[in-house]
Amino acid sequence: MSDGAKGLTRQQMCDRVAMEFQDGWVVNLGIGIPTLCSNFNFGDKQIIFHAENGVIGYGPLTGAGREDLHLVNAGGQHVTLNPEAAIVHHADSFGIIRSGRIDVTVLGAYEVAENGDFANWKMAGQKGGGIGGAMDLAACAKHVFLAMEQVTRRGQPRLVERCTIPVTARGVVDLVITNYGLFEITPEGMALREIAPGLSIDQVRATTGCNLLIPDEVPPVRMRG
Amino acid sequence: MSKSKIYPSFADAVADIPDGSTIGFGGFAVVGMPINLYEALSKQGAKGLTCVSNGTRGGSTMPSDAPTMEWLIRNDQVKKVICSFTAPTRASQKLVFSEYYEKGLIDAELVPQGTLAERMRAAGAGIPAFYTPAAVGTELAEGRETRVFNGREYLLEEALPLDYAFIRAYQADAFGNLRFRRSQRNFNPLMAMAARVTIVEVEEDILPVGAIDPDDVHLPGIFVHRMVKIPPPPEGWWPQRPAEIAKLEADRNAR
Repeated sequence: MSDGAKGLTRQQMCDRVAMEFQDGWVVNLGIGIPTLCSNFNFGDKQIIFHAENGVIGYGPLTGAGREDLHLVNAGGQHVTLNPEAAIVHHADSFGIIRSGRIDVTVLGAYEVAENGDFANWKMAGQKGGGIGGAMDLAACAKHVFLAMEQVTRRGQPRLVERCTIPVTARGVVDLVITNYGLFEITPEGMALREIAPGLSIDQVRATTGCNLLIPDEVPPVRMRG
Repeated sequence: MSKSKIYPSFADAVADIPDGSTIGFGGFAVVGMPINLYEALSKQGAKGLTCVSNGTRGGSTMPSDAPTMEWLIRNDQVKKVICSFTAPTRASQKLVFSEYYEKGLIDAELVPQGTLAERMRAAGAGIPAFYTPAAVGTELAEGRETRVFNGREYLLEEALPLDYAFIRAYQADAFGNLRFRRSQRNFNPLMAMAARVTIVEVEEDILPVGAIDPDDVHLPGIFVHRMVKIPPPPEGWWPQRPAEIAKLEADRNAR
């Protein structure tokens, strides 16, 4: 990192995981970086965005001055509704989550471990925490993707052997996008699937805190169109 | 005809709330938050309260001078909070709650958001406890009862009954049948069903009984006990677009 390599932008990270969404999927995006997934152009695919506050089928953010003051997504941002939209109360919204109707949740994270554990609700040394809907989503969504930075501000790895801070859920993560690449949690451990343009395998390995499975061919991270 | 549920002011609606009450507050990220009832309760002054809500403030879209649970906390009225957020989500953010919590002046119970909603739903549905997969394997589950169903581990959670619910609705008729608009519904009907006494701040003029088609009622009036129509701003508190907030804050300061 002495060369100042940054890798992917946050939008590029979210575009890459959004490419994994399949036609008809119900998707829940965590606050922070993952909200950028909704900017991706899904073309002919129908993606139904679900928010914890009971909004099913929300669309793009509204422009300034045109906000519906009764309508926000889980991040408190004013959004529009798509024609298929429906609204339920909080208990039904989490019934949708716990009963396995969410195809994928994309969450931010402080740490992810090679066994699929991850942590995103409590920083080291913090009193209290911010769980929101993350524990319900992580335990119950069919797929759990993380969109996060490769290292902390101090340069410490966020991809680790075992989480050092309290976990959100255990063994649930499928896919991790960082600014350095795309990683898959496999039964054998964490595998590097794609690498950010301009970064070397050695740079990725040096900033990862666990053993990394590296195939012979690691293509660059796929970019939008 | 039984006693009217329509109260002339927020002060009247909260006047008898005793010290030590457990109160649930609806709302999610400003929308559906009982802002006017927060203000009335802070003036009423009941102490030793247990406050149940998604968080301890209204989120980033709340006008900076609007009443939230923070008014009750600053007023030393709160003994304990039960929330899905008891810390800021960003290191740069500061919560009034955190100042009090870190000094040990307030107790807190941190609950996953879906568990919080379901604990309220259970209280309103006559269910004393339930099992959920959320939080299994985490610090929150340590030392607590779990059980395996169909090969999967679940955590036992208990219903959370309330003394009072403070909620906000879009429309009401005089019997207390309510409709919410868009994402305003969130925790509001759940808080009401979990509570012995539900107090509602209503956005539109309260309609005659029967004006809302029974098929369109989101919360039946049997769960509603007291209602107050919210006056227009600046007297009443309403969420505003950013451009309108600045003007209203200036008006309020001039008042």
